[in-house]
Amino acid sequence: MSRVVVVGAGIVGAACAYYAARAEWDVVVIERDQVASGTTSRGEGNLLVSDKGAGPELDLMRLSRRLWLELADELGRDELELDEKGGLVVASMPDSLAALTEFAEGQRSAGVVAQPVEDLRSLEPQLAPGLAGGVFYPEDLQVQPVLATQALLAAAIARGAELRCGTEVLGFTSGGGGDRPIGRPLRLRLGDGSTIDADAVVNAAGPWGSLLGDAFAAPVPVLPRRGFVLVTAPVGPRVRHKVYAADYVANVSSGDAGLQTSCVVEGTRGGTILIGASRERVGFDDTLDPLVVRRLAAQACALFPFLREVPLMRTYRGFRPYCPDHLPVIGPDRRVPGLVHAVGHEGAGIGLAPATGHLVTAMISGALRSRRDPRSPDVLDGVDARAFAPERFASAVTS
Amino acid sequence: MTADVLIIGAGPAGLACAATVLAGGLAVELVDAGHGPGGQYWRHPAPGSPPDSAPGGGTPPGPLRLPRGLRGRGGHPASDDLHHDLGTYRALVARLEEGVAVGRAVTRFGHDVWSLTRDGDGWVAASHDRGAGTERRSRGRVAVIATGAHDVALPFPGWDLPGVFTAGALQALLKGNGVVAGRRVLIAGTGPFLLPVATGLARYGAQVVGIHEAGDPRDWAAHAPAVAQNAGKVWEGLTYAAGLARHRVPVHPRSMVVAARGAGRVQSVTVAGVSETGEPVAGSERDIEVDALGVGWGFSPVIDLAVTVGCRTSMSWSGPVVEVDDDQRASVPRLFVAGETTGVGGATLALREGELAAHRILADLGRPPVSTEARLLRLRVDRSRHKAFAAAMADAHPIPAGWASTLVSETVVCRCEEVPYAAVRRAVVEEGAGDVRQVKQLTRAGMGWCQGRVCEPACRGLVRSLGARSVAEQPGQVRSKGGRGDAPTERLVALPIPLGALADGEVVERSAM
Ligand SMILES: Cc1cc2nc3c(=O)[nH]c(=O)nc-3n(C[C@H](O)[C@H](O)[C@H](O)COP(=O)(O)OP(=O)(O)OC[C@H]3O[C@@H](n4cnc5c(N)ncnc54)[C@H](O)[C@@H]3O)c2cc1C
Ligand SMILES: Cc1cc2nc3c(=O)[nH]c(=O)nc-3n(C[C@H](O)[C@H](O)[C@H](O)COP(=O)(O)OP(=O)(O)OC[C@H]3O[C@@H](n4cnc5c(N)ncnc54)[C@H](O)[C@@H]3O)c2cc1C
Repeated sequence: MSRVVVVGAGIVGAACAYYAARAEWDVVVIERDQVASGTTSRGEGNLLVSDKGAGPELDLMRLSRRLWLELADELGRDELELDEKGGLVVASMPDSLAALTEFAEGQRSAGVVAQPVEDLRSLEPQLAPGLAGGVFYPEDLQVQPVLATQALLAAAIARGAELRCGTEVLGFTSGGGGDRPIGRPLRLRLGDGSTIDADAVVNAAGPWGSLLGDAFAAPVPVLPRRGFVLVTAPVGPRVRHKVYAADYVANVSSGDAGLQTSCVVEGTRGGTILIGASRERVGFDDTLDPLVVRRLAAQACALFPFLREVPLMRTYRGFRPYCPDHLPVIGPDRRVPGLVHAVGHEGAGIGLAPATGHLVTAMISGALRSRRDPRSPDVLDGVDARAFAPERFASAVTS
Repeated sequence: MTADVLIIGAGPAGLACAATVLAGGLAVELVDAGHGPGGQYWRHPAPGSPPDSAPGGGTPPGPLRLPRGLRGRGGHPASDDLHHDLGTYRALVARLEEGVAVGRAVTRFGHDVWSLTRDGDGWVAASHDRGAGTERRSRGRVAVIATGAHDVALPFPGWDLPGVFTAGALQALLKGNGVVAGRRVLIAGTGPFLLPVATGLARYGAQVVGIHEAGDPRDWAAHAPAVAQNAGKVWEGLTYAAGLARHRVPVHPRSMVVAARGAGRVQSVTVAGVSETGEPVAGSERDIEVDALGVGWGFSPVIDLAVTVGCRTSMSWSGPVVEVDDDQRASVPRLFVAGETTGVGGATLALREGELAAHRILADLGRPPVSTEARLLRLRVDRSRHKAFAAAMADAHPIPAGWASTLVSETVVCRCEEVPYAAVRRAVVEEGAGDVRQVKQLTRAGMGWCQGRVCEPACRGLVRSLGARSVAEQPGQVRSKGGRGDAPTERLVALPIPLGALADGEVVERSAM
């Protein structure tokens, strides 16, 4: 049986391991730290269709959403804390409402359920008065990312996968990489001095994916984008959906390095309110920035005035792995036969993880070719995988 | 205004530091969450606070009437007689007040510092002014963190009943609120701190039915020959000094609480002997009627602000501590740490550390020294002596290795999130959680209001004891051999602050730019 080594035990690595193990590969997951110790435990668990405009990422997300619901049936809804919560996007001004309405129309034509809402406070009674309007997205879901990662890995292990934590993948042994004759497995060098042979290697190293790419002489342009999340003291069920302002959508796809905040507010099972998340490009600088915290607080209070009296209990931050075009890198790297990337999911890696694992497994298994879509050889389950191919970065191909 | 020295914490360490840098001519801003100076050691009732406003732990069965003559203003105990070394306290506060009078000191009491961050070359502390409901920023060229310690609690069946307190909370209620928490009180746990707690309560009319000390102070010498040549005598001396004999308080070495019971409030406590290996001895249990219980397992430093700014920390017997050099300097520039935050060792040690930090600050900011070489030398010697003593005490009073064997599946480990022992056990044994962070992610233990300050020592202990077992039993599980083990928990928000205060702070910030 051929062996697949997955590097990284975040949500993406866990999903790749799960689908590869289901396809009966011999799977070994190698994580330098612990399960879900990276970005996966530093974000929120929003599975949003609402923030994605029509295009390949939305298609990937719609596939992922179906897979999440399947996983909930198979692994248990409570094991994932999967919640069909629905998202409400609000526009404060008439012109932002017009933009939102147009955006939603595009999504609807791609198959998303997007319902215009006039009386916002019938859906969310605590919302500030005087907001122009909004759109409700009943398909937005949520999971608890750490529990989901754990559940996926446990299921993979039950199907024979092996997990090694506390071990870093350093690169190839000398003579590896592109010069290697086809069909000979890659020999990986590990931090503990040992080596492991792999017929396929999945780069699921999240924001460190570019470092791993470099180590394999297969660079991918993944950069960290910092985000803070605020958590309040418990206040009970006062916010029913995921609620966010329309300008969030513009922020997500912005290339600006400066700080952008546009908050997403939601209630949790524990009764706390989660307010996320800022976006800024500051490398891996993890310094607390009170300014970011204040700005998120101000935006949340503007949406939900009752929050003014609610204490901030904690804040945490993480680094979204992002690519210049805000799309993930999913696919085989032509420079190193056997290496498959699954990185760069930015602020949507939790949502996109199952579809990523599914595609990666299909690619590894050669299923991509055998399940050829009549119109395009690279379309799989309705997703145009070419949009995510590593070759799209010109410099990466020419090197 | 940017002060020369920004001090967070007005306990013995912060006060000693403030008084000394003021004497050297520097300007100080002193911020503390409490309503006045003194910290935990010199805790005083808030002006005008009702005497029976017991925070948490449930209402006592009717406040005890204090004997006449022991009552201070407003029915509080005249708390002076609960405090030691009041002369030092008054002298330090007098120097602080002088500084305020001449405009070189600013005090901010009732201010909860939620963050400390860099501000150019200096520091800015952002706090919640609880009185005004607003956010305030305090700036300093150098900063001193002197945030003290809080007491360590460990779960056992019934520990969440009203009437069960930590020993420190009993003491704080008595000193700060004038509340005697019960009529029949049992004190348990380990360490010499149990003695003044018991005497304080006895002095104010509670019947202290016994001190159940898990260690055996009679063999201190075995643990710490340098400290106690004649351990038995020293211990006896201490119990006398604490006035236990006068109040007929029996002390039971090698004994611990294994359960508390009661309907709506603690009514009885089960105690058991402690074996050589730190396990409760089966068959030795007996029940004792009480209406309040105080359990103290020592103190754990409050290091959140220091962790967030990136100070190097290390694991000590008292939990994670901030590392400092001989001049109380932390590993990041222009930051000093003094008192329990660098390791638990009592009020005198805190005073010495605060003063030593001040000397270095004076030199760094170009001021002439205010005391002689001889005094500095004495301070340093004193500091090592107290540190050595504290370490020896800790060695002689370990938390019994088998404390967790009292737990049953339903025992709540994290009270904020109501996480039972069974869930923590599952996370460690079946899901392979390798440290408290993972336990938190999997069970929510430590995610609630107290941010794991209460349950973290327990979770740490459980990861260690259950984790060792699970590796052996289930080699194929989702196990994290990694584990950050001893890394301190990050709490970027040191104390809560309302979102509205932060939101208004944002407006201030924007208009200043
Ligand atoms: C504030 C914030 C909010 C977010 N909110 C959401 C949200 O609501 N919904 C959503 O879908 N997404 C959200 N995200 C994004 C999401 O968290 C990420 O996209 C996702 O977690 C990425 O998962 P990953 O598995 O790729 O990376 P990671 O979780 O970072 O995992 C990578 C792993 O690889 C390991 N590793 C790295 N290098 C090596 C090596 N050489 N050898 C061995 N192991 C290695 C790391 O230790 C790490 O565990 C948010 C992110 C942030 C920061
Ligand atoms: C509950 C309790 C009761 C005690 N009782 C006794 C006793 O009876 N006898 C005895 O000998 N020892 C007692 N101790 C131990 C003794 O208090 C310490 O040895 C001594 O006070 C240490 O001095 P310090 O200056 O390091 O810290 P502390 O005296 O603890 O002072 C720290 C100060 O920092 C402030 N602070 C902390 N965090 C923040 C923040 N984020 N924002 C603003 N302010 C902050 C606190 O309000 C506090 O005033 C007790 C300790 C505790 C925890």
